Amino acid sequence: MKDYLDLFLIFARIGGLTFGGGYAMLPMLKKEVVENRGWATEEELLDYYAIGQCTPGIIAVNTATFIGYKTKGILGGIVATLGVVAPSVVIITLIALFLQNFADITIVKHAFAGISVCVCVLIFDAILSLGKKSLKNIFSWVVFSLVIAISLVFDISPIFVVILAGIAGVIYTRIKKTKEVK
Amino acid sequence: MIFLQLLFEFFKAGLFAVGGGLATLPFLFDISAKTGWFSTQDIMNLIAISESTPGPLGVNMATYAGVVTTGVAGGLVATIGLILPSIVIIEIIATILEKFKNAKIVQAIFSGLRPASTGLITVAGLMVAKVALLNIELFSETGKITDLFSIFSIILAVLIYAGLKKFKKHPVIYIAIAAAAGILLQL
Repeated sequence: MKDYLDLFLIFARIGGLTFGGGYAMLPMLKKEVVENRGWATEEELLDYYAIGQCTPGIIAVNTATFIGYKTKGILGGIVATLGVVAPSVVIITLIALFLQNFADITIVKHAFAGISVCVCVLIFDAILSLGKKSLKNIFSWVVFSLVIAISLVFDISPIFVVILAGIAGVIYTRIKKTKEVK
Repeated sequence: MIFLQLLFEFFKAGLFAVGGGLATLPFLFDISAKTGWFSTQDIMNLIAISESTPGPLGVNMATYAGVVTTGVAGGLVATIGLILPSIVIIEIIATILEKFKNAKIVQAIFSGLRPASTGLITVAGLMVAKVALLNIELFSETGKITDLFSIFSIILAVLIYAGLKKFKKHPVIYIAIAAAAGILLQL
């Protein structure tokens, strides 16, 4: 029981401190889940993000369900997900009921401009650390660069990008194996 | 009855919106046009609010739309509808993955997915940076390259990064400092 409460509270904290959607959650997940708790590795976070991109639903929710499942099975997945959405539900309900012009308040605007600068720094710091884990050979650098180039130039859905990368991974592994056999 | 409808509409959004919170938007416009539960102005409000409050955008949107429609219970129902498909689908994938995670083919797929995932996150980071650090609007008006960069934001970003590397505190500390700096510097 305590484990589930723990899972709920940690994910509530992550949800309550994440500004700006699934990707902004990454630095929080890295700190709370990977570094503080050891519930998942950075490589696993990358896997969850990749799968979360091409399955329905919100990435933040998908990732929370994955980590919850990994920690405490199916119920764990549900508990972590409820945790990650709980702060949003409370805060947004209060704003929708009492403060419809919340986003127009000058002080909120300035605070948020500062926060988005910080979120940007945090995401890049997380990317550097993930890159060290995931970009270890020429193949991975090629995939990484192609994904960035394709996403910036074309308006293509991440689903196709992820599927193509998966296929590339299978082909690359095959080629590597045949070379080793020879 | 309206609750069942809310649950169903947001369940659909959760099932078919692939790839993050903003993918939920087209569904909201669709629901608004079809049911009239909330207006386009409500959607505009909720985008602004979602972006200036913590939490996943999609969840914020569902809660807001639900509350506007039928109050607190509506917010809960819409949110549950939205996250239900995710929970079911991911639990199934996670169960399968757990079973086959050591299979060679799964390992091979992940060898491609991991760098791709890093790439997609980098692109998302670049989009955030564009909004947070550059003044695209001002630049397109004046055409002066010095107007393109918001100097204070960039200095703040450098300072935060230096602090992050030096003190290694919890991210929320830096977020709080950045919010204060934003208010003080009138960013």
